[in-house]
Amino acid sequence: MTGVEAAGSRWSGAGPLLLGVRHHGPGSARAVRAALEAARPRAVLIEGPPEADALIPLAADEEMRPPVALLAHAVDEPGHSAFWPLAEFSPEWVAIRWALEHDVPARFVDLPAAHTLAWRTERPDGDGSAEEGTAEEGTARHPSGVRPPGTDVRIDPLAALAGAAGYDDPERWWEDVVEHRGAGEGDVFAPFLALEEAMGALREAYGGGGRDRDLVREAYMRLQVRSARREFGDAVAVVCGAWHVPALRRRAAVTADRALLKGLPKVRTDMSWVPWTHRRLSRASGYGAGIESPGWYAHLFGVPDRPVERWLTRVAGLLREEDRIVSSAHVIEAVRLAGTLAAMRGRPLPGLSEATDAVRAVMCDGSDVPLALVHDRLVVGDVLGEVPRAAPAVPLQRDLNRLQRRLRLAPEASARELELDLRKETDAGRSRLLHRLRLLGIGWGEPAVSRGSTGTFRETWRLCWEPELSVRVAEAGVWGTTVLAAATARAEADAVAARALAEVTALAEHCLLAELPDALPVVMRVLADRAALDADVGHLAQALPALVRSLRYGDVRGTDTGALAGMAAGLAERIFVGLPPACAALDADAAEEMRRHVDAVHGAVALLGDTSAAVHDGLRARWHGVLRVLSGRDTVPGVLRGRAARLLLDDGEVEQEQAARLMGLALSPGTPPADAAAWVEGFAGGGGGMLLVHDERLLGLFDAWLTGVPREAFTDVLPLLRRTFSAYEPGVRRTLGELVRRGPGQGGGGAGGTAAGVPGFAADLDQERADAVLPVVRLLLGLDGPGPNPVPGSGSGERSGDELAGVAG
Amino acid sequence: MSVSVEQTSVEPTSVEPSRSHSAPANAGGSEALRPHAENAFAAELAALAAHDDRPRPPRWKLSPWAVATYLLGGTLPDGTVITPKYVGPRRLVEVAVTTLATDRALLLLGVPGTAKTWVSEHLAAAVSGDSTLLVQGTAGTPEEAIRYGWNYARLLAHGPSRDALVPSPVMRAMAQGMTARVEELTRIPADVQDTLITILSEKTLPIPELGEEVQAVRGFNLIATANDRDRGVNDLSSALRRRFNTVVLPLPESPEAEVGIVSRRVDQIGRSLDLPAVPDGVDEIRRVVTVFRELRDGITTDGRTKLKSPSGTLSTAEAISVVTGGLALAAHFGDGVLRAGDVAAGILGAVVRDPAADRVVWQEYLETVVRERDGWKDFYRACREVSA
Repeated sequence: MTGVEAAGSRWSGAGPLLLGVRHHGPGSARAVRAALEAARPRAVLIEGPPEADALIPLAADEEMRPPVALLAHAVDEPGHSAFWPLAEFSPEWVAIRWALEHDVPARFVDLPAAHTLAWRTERPDGDGSAEEGTAEEGTARHPSGVRPPGTDVRIDPLAALAGAAGYDDPERWWEDVVEHRGAGEGDVFAPFLALEEAMGALREAYGGGGRDRDLVREAYMRLQVRSARREFGDAVAVVCGAWHVPALRRRAAVTADRALLKGLPKVRTDMSWVPWTHRRLSRASGYGAGIESPGWYAHLFGVPDRPVERWLTRVAGLLREEDRIVSSAHVIEAVRLAGTLAAMRGRPLPGLSEATDAVRAVMCDGSDVPLALVHDRLVVGDVLGEVPRAAPAVPLQRDLNRLQRRLRLAPEASARELELDLRKETDAGRSRLLHRLRLLGIGWGEPAVSRGSTGTFRETWRLCWEPELSVRVAEAGVWGTTVLAAATARAEADAVAARALAEVTALAEHCLLAELPDALPVVMRVLADRAALDADVGHLAQALPALVRSLRYGDVRGTDTGALAGMAAGLAERIFVGLPPACAALDADAAEEMRRHVDAVHGAVALLGDTSAAVHDGLRARWHGVLRVLSGRDTVPGVLRGRAARLLLDDGEVEQEQAARLMGLALSPGTPPADAAAWVEGFAGGGGGMLLVHDERLLGLFDAWLTGVPREAFTDVLPLLRRTFSAYEPGVRRTLGELVRRGPGQGGGGAGGTAAGVPGFAADLDQERADAVLPVVRLLLGLDGPGPNPVPGSGSGERSGDELAGVAG
Repeated sequence: MSVSVEQTSVEPTSVEPSRSHSAPANAGGSEALRPHAENAFAAELAALAAHDDRPRPPRWKLSPWAVATYLLGGTLPDGTVITPKYVGPRRLVEVAVTTLATDRALLLLGVPGTAKTWVSEHLAAAVSGDSTLLVQGTAGTPEEAIRYGWNYARLLAHGPSRDALVPSPVMRAMAQGMTARVEELTRIPADVQDTLITILSEKTLPIPELGEEVQAVRGFNLIATANDRDRGVNDLSSALRRRFNTVVLPLPESPEAEVGIVSRRVDQIGRSLDLPAVPDGVDEIRRVVTVFRELRDGITTDGRTKLKSPSGTLSTAEAISVVTGGLALAAHFGDGVLRAGDVAAGILGAVVRDPAADRVVWQEYLETVVRERDGWKDFYRACREVSA
């Protein structure tokens, strides 16, 4: 493409053309293309699993867009898998495309995935040097990316080369010497020869690098190259990691190679193309052989010339989109600075670090904040690959099929309702599966409102399998190879990307429902961070109830919720600190919203006190302190003050007289009527007056206050009372009137308390009759030892027993 | 207050080298309390120049490589040891020197106490051999301080002429191709700041009264320092900002380094104020530094909990003053041992600058971090007492 044919030199043709590369190296990719153009081999052999040979033609498909990955997985165990990611700038991808464009056969020659996968099952912890075996490999989560890594992971030999050249960073040395090399100058094969020599010298010094598996792989590759040469003669090009080149050049006895390959373990494997992303190519996502800057590499590979100028222009464009003032003059200065910095650091061309330093100093005013954006959007980049429909099914689909069979939950196109009893093993499994699929955006089941029972052990789902869900499954294949692994990865990614605090708490709840314990730490981490930085108490207050709910739910399902409890308590503390200042100077709507938050927090704190008494003892006391502050502070809107007073009264923290005094204060003539009405509203509760009807004590308080209002002031109070009571239903008003006429205080004046006696009940508990109920209750709850069905979470049973007793009282 | 602390505590990261090396230079030469960088380190500069065979930009005394070595330290082929003047990321110094070499003005940003002035002085000394062409920025800095003033006696006697003109340091630097320095650029009123725009973009300074101009000679450049934390000062206009390459000097990287700096400075200040000797309070110092770092960085030192940051700067210099104040309290009113109670009030004052927002931040920090921490009970109690 770059006029290479004119570049004089010819490939000698003695032996196969060995092109040593660094995986994902744009310079290597350019060089490979130039070399292939010049040499025009009759076959191209590529380092990769040979099972994927059949998939190679798909690379030419219209719909195929890198980055993509070859995925190998064990047929019987989809969680057991390996990926070979290929980006546009990967030399292997370039070689495949070249071969397809020129109608030349392309083949993968690395050791079959059948063996490499089996290897990993056999020796789960392997020897220390097993490069495929990253720590989490083998387990179902995050099937480790097993690109047989390029030289960049073999730090040692490269570091030796770089050190000899006076570099402290081997990556940078490689970039300067290989990746930043211009294309099409001089002999296109010379760089490969030089590299081969260097690697040969290194391998002499370091031997096999202590990697036995490499020797086996190289033996297999040698055999493959040999058979290809029998077929095509010497006109064969091999694209492989630079490290392997000397080994492939070496003449080894066929029998010796065969001996090495004898008796290798094997599993049945399946291959497919899956879409990949730049983010997953980057090292940050935990893939052993990743690269730090896929976006930069794609840029280097994609631009025809002047990479730094073009890069800085793109950066300027991005910053402008984000409303930073960046002019062309900035770009000019940044280019100058990058160039001079490169000279100062003794590099042939400005690299990414120079460009980044220049962007920081010139365009970002020295700040790292916009720079993080540049790193995220450009240096790594958001590129998402695509795979043609014709690609074989992903293992996720297989795993899903397996689960559907096991849980006897066949996909049906017609909608139906499904009742699940979570105490049963199968139903619990179904619930988990549906929740996980929902997390993955595969909306097979939608939770519906249960009829009848509202217990936490019941779930109702509306199921409907629509054809496009299969596509969704294929898309979700990016996240992992099993439903569990994919849902975990997806939940973690969602947590990191979530914007609002409530989103994260919802996610935490979801993780518990879907039973993704591995995702929970990440979600908790994000949750803690968001909670710490969120200055809006409203957000925190919104988040708390969901969290406490998850805590209770977790209890029911027997999940370890220790971290969750700590988190919830921490969140509560933050709310306690932030609530009083946040309640000052609110308008009516905001005050009403805040009242809902106060109610939610009150409920949550009560629950929290129940669930984790050991974790936070003083929590309730501190919350009462906050309420006391709220009830007594004049700048707090009436509705909140009233609410706080009421909550304190309910918890028995404030005496009847004290509450009466607060009410008198709030409703005294000096208070603006609207505020006073709001106080009553807050105090009597938003339930349309029903509370007043049923809570004799409250009504008594009101009555006592009202009768105590002096004659002169009464006319002033009247409008606001009317305002409050006119909002009630006529029926409620009539009942209230009747109650008042009968005289609510008949039992015991103003300070009636519980002993005042609710109409229709005796003044005190009838111990004998109450005791008579208990055996039945115990039987119902299965609390007596030999109960036929032990109730899960007997703690809650105990509690409801108490509550029943309380009601009876 | 923070300003004065900054000026006296010249730069935490470089306290050591400056002291150890200015002493012999002092003894040999001037009587000055604090000699200029080019005098104090004359020997090092000469040695660097002697070995410097790389290309130098016009009128530079050293090549950019040698300037970087001068700042970061190193050993010359003949064994001369160049002491490090700035202890920090190499990258920053490289960008700073390269900026000057590409003929762009350099803006050093940082919170008080991050060696901005120190770096700018040494850069000017190494590049131009003269660090004295200095404009100190204040709220009252007039245009004359940046452009030129008049000798009014001459002006009245002989009329406007070059002789009656009093050039500013910037004007002299332009005429001689030297490096000018502007300290605290953001404290200078905005309209005065903007006189720099012509100087930096056209590289010329017109004198309309004489119908003349002064054109900058090659080698002229300008280093400005500014405080990026107090937003209350005059922010740069984007037109001016565009003329600068910006380098942000960070705070000390590790807690250990910061504790070292604080203890050293506290020790010095204590002696100069004749405070009664107080037994080693290094635990309390560590605690103050920890609190400052955590609130400043918005994350606890174990990296597990994020925090809100208060509006104050919480620089190392302020930590020093908190500890000094605590020592004075302990010595005069306490039992002579630096305790949590002695520093609590000082910390509260340093953290809570904005009574509404910062108080919430502080309370939250107390309740979620301090209360849970092992061995911090006394500190928590002391802080609760003063914050109540």
